[in-house]
Amino acid sequence: MSGARPGASGRYLRRFDAFDRFLHALLMVSFLGLSLTGLPLLFAEDAWAARLARALGGPHTAGLLHRVFAFGLLLCFALHLGRVVGRLARRDWGILWGPHSMVPRPKDFTDFVGHVRWFLGRGPRPAFDRWTYWEKFDYWAVFWGMGIIGGSGLVLWFPELFATFLPGWAFNVALLIHGEEALLAVGFIFTIHFFNGHLRPEKFPMDTVIFTGVLPEDELRHERPMEYERLRESGGLELLAAAPPSRATRKWSVMIGALAVLLGLVLVGFTIYAALN
Amino acid sequence: MKLAFSAIILCLVAAPASGGPQAPASPTDEDCLTCHADPDAKRANGTSVLVAKEKLASSVHGQAGLSCVDCHADLAKVSDFPHAERLEPAQCASCHDAAAAEYAKGVHARAISEGRQLAARCGDCHGAHDILPSKDPASRTHHLNLPSTCERCHGDPEVIRKSAIAVGDVGRLFEDSIHGKALRESGLIVAPNCATCHEAHAILPNENPASKVARGNVSATCGSCHEGVERLYAAGVHGSGFRSGNRKAPVCTDCHTAHRIQDPDVEAWRLEVLTECGSCHEESLRTYRDNYHGQVTALGFARMATCSDCHRPHDIFPASDPRSTVSKARRVETCQKCHARANANFAGYDPHADPEDRSRNPLLHSVGLMMKGLLGGVFLFFGLHTVLWFPRSWKARRQTPDRETPPESPSEKDEGQ
Repeated sequence: MSGARPGASGRYLRRFDAFDRFLHALLMVSFLGLSLTGLPLLFAEDAWAARLARALGGPHTAGLLHRVFAFGLLLCFALHLGRVVGRLARRDWGILWGPHSMVPRPKDFTDFVGHVRWFLGRGPRPAFDRWTYWEKFDYWAVFWGMGIIGGSGLVLWFPELFATFLPGWAFNVALLIHGEEALLAVGFIFTIHFFNGHLRPEKFPMDTVIFTGVLPEDELRHERPMEYERLRESGGLELLAAAPPSRATRKWSVMIGALAVLLGLVLVGFTIYAALN
Repeated sequence: MKLAFSAIILCLVAAPASGGPQAPASPTDEDCLTCHADPDAKRANGTSVLVAKEKLASSVHGQAGLSCVDCHADLAKVSDFPHAERLEPAQCASCHDAAAAEYAKGVHARAISEGRQLAARCGDCHGAHDILPSKDPASRTHHLNLPSTCERCHGDPEVIRKSAIAVGDVGRLFEDSIHGKALRESGLIVAPNCATCHEAHAILPNENPASKVARGNVSATCGSCHEGVERLYAAGVHGSGFRSGNRKAPVCTDCHTAHRIQDPDVEAWRLEVLTECGSCHEESLRTYRDNYHGQVTALGFARMATCSDCHRPHDIFPASDPRSTVSKARRVETCQKCHARANANFAGYDPHADPEDRSRNPLLHSVGLMMKGLLGGVFLFFGLHTVLWFPRSWKARRQTPDRETPPESPSEKDEGQ
């Protein structure tokens, strides 16, 4: 079931293009960096935070790194928005509605209900399409998060500039939501997203599709039957057929992914430890 | 006993009667030195009775021409030598009556009267035969040397324990203090030593209202050197509060400590003083920790605004007072000390905002609740989602047929099986 196994047909299909994977890598690196350099502030009174801040070269250096990673994440957001605008300019309305769109539709709700019924053993697994409801939630959570954390972060980054038109209380609000949203993002990505994407038994230890861009045909048929059927009927399968990833690619994908997951889990461990104290 | 006998015999042999056994005249210094200059003369317990002749001669008493019996008055009438081993203590008070009267009021005299025999007597600080005037740089009581003299007891854990000295090892605390370093390292004669604050002889406990270190007198005592600071403190909320009877209002030593007073610009002290302020201003310290200033200092880095950077260290006023550096009128200027381009909006930021406090920050309180609701909702929903998914996913993994197929390459391990 993991991305490493081609299954019966032996054929691989492309799911993410190079740009998708580049954006995810940029997102992953900058988000991990932001978490690493930001969390010590939120838990400044814990001993691990002081040690981490010291290891990062002190809060001033950590602050500089935080801004470097913030630039990376903002760049990621801008590139994504640029691509969305580009597609709309080419009248690719499919990204606004339908199976290729991240916009929720009624099927997502029925999929959710069906999925829960399947959890409880009261029904079959829903026939998911290209984007499942939890993937859409991930997407919009990050989209919203980038706006909120990015926006408030910029306010805190350039307070003198923003103070030319924002009132004083806006900085209090920015500081509060920057921290709370950060906790939400760290907690969500490092537990829920990791579980949904990588750590749940069917995927464990790593779903490498976001790194290699391809997945075995059988896996697509099993996990996203609706998309598979559509592709089969339209002849899209042949168009998406791809060479299996090399062993080295698979190995690196697992290693990089596992490293990111591990780092994230350590950070979320610290966070939970600090929150419980 | 053998030793005692030999000592006596030695003295008898070495002392061919100077005057005759019945002579009524007091013994002269020469008489005393017959034994006390002899390095071999010993007491019953084996200790030497030697008196360093040169030191005695160059001591303040030797220079003044005093003879042995001027201090050892009980020997003046003794004609039978060697004299008894136990003598009365030297009678310093017979000349130094003023100092003795002051000493009698102090903690050392009181301790002795209470039976704590280790407490300092005249000789413990001044020496015995080698007493030098305090002006002499070699004197134990010279201004620069006094701390080490006091530390002989007040830095000795054994003495501190046996004598139940409540303040503990002040020797070590003072040595590291800015005053201690000024004396020891910089040789600053104007820096205070122990006696500057505690007096030399009339060392009164701080619970005695007449003591220079009683709470009510501390600011005046410190102010005898730090005159300008005392003026600022007296005007500020702490000084005026203390004067008007608020016993919680701090005096100098409450923030700076009594002995381990640090250079206020030293990093460790900049961080430490936050908890000093916070020991009374708990709320303010808690809310300070919620923003960047407080977080960075909590991480152990001092290059960041601390309490006194905004509120001033001594001339602190309530924000409602126009003299206050955090008053509406002066807040911008205060922020600008670090944030050069700060304006009125910038200074409108509440650095002690508390999202928990609805009455102080209603808007922030609502935003805080919203965020808490969002976090709680998301984690509850997806937490439950995950908990339900896990066992089903586990089952699905085991049922998937292709997991049973052998790996395509021999080196690939089939994880989880």
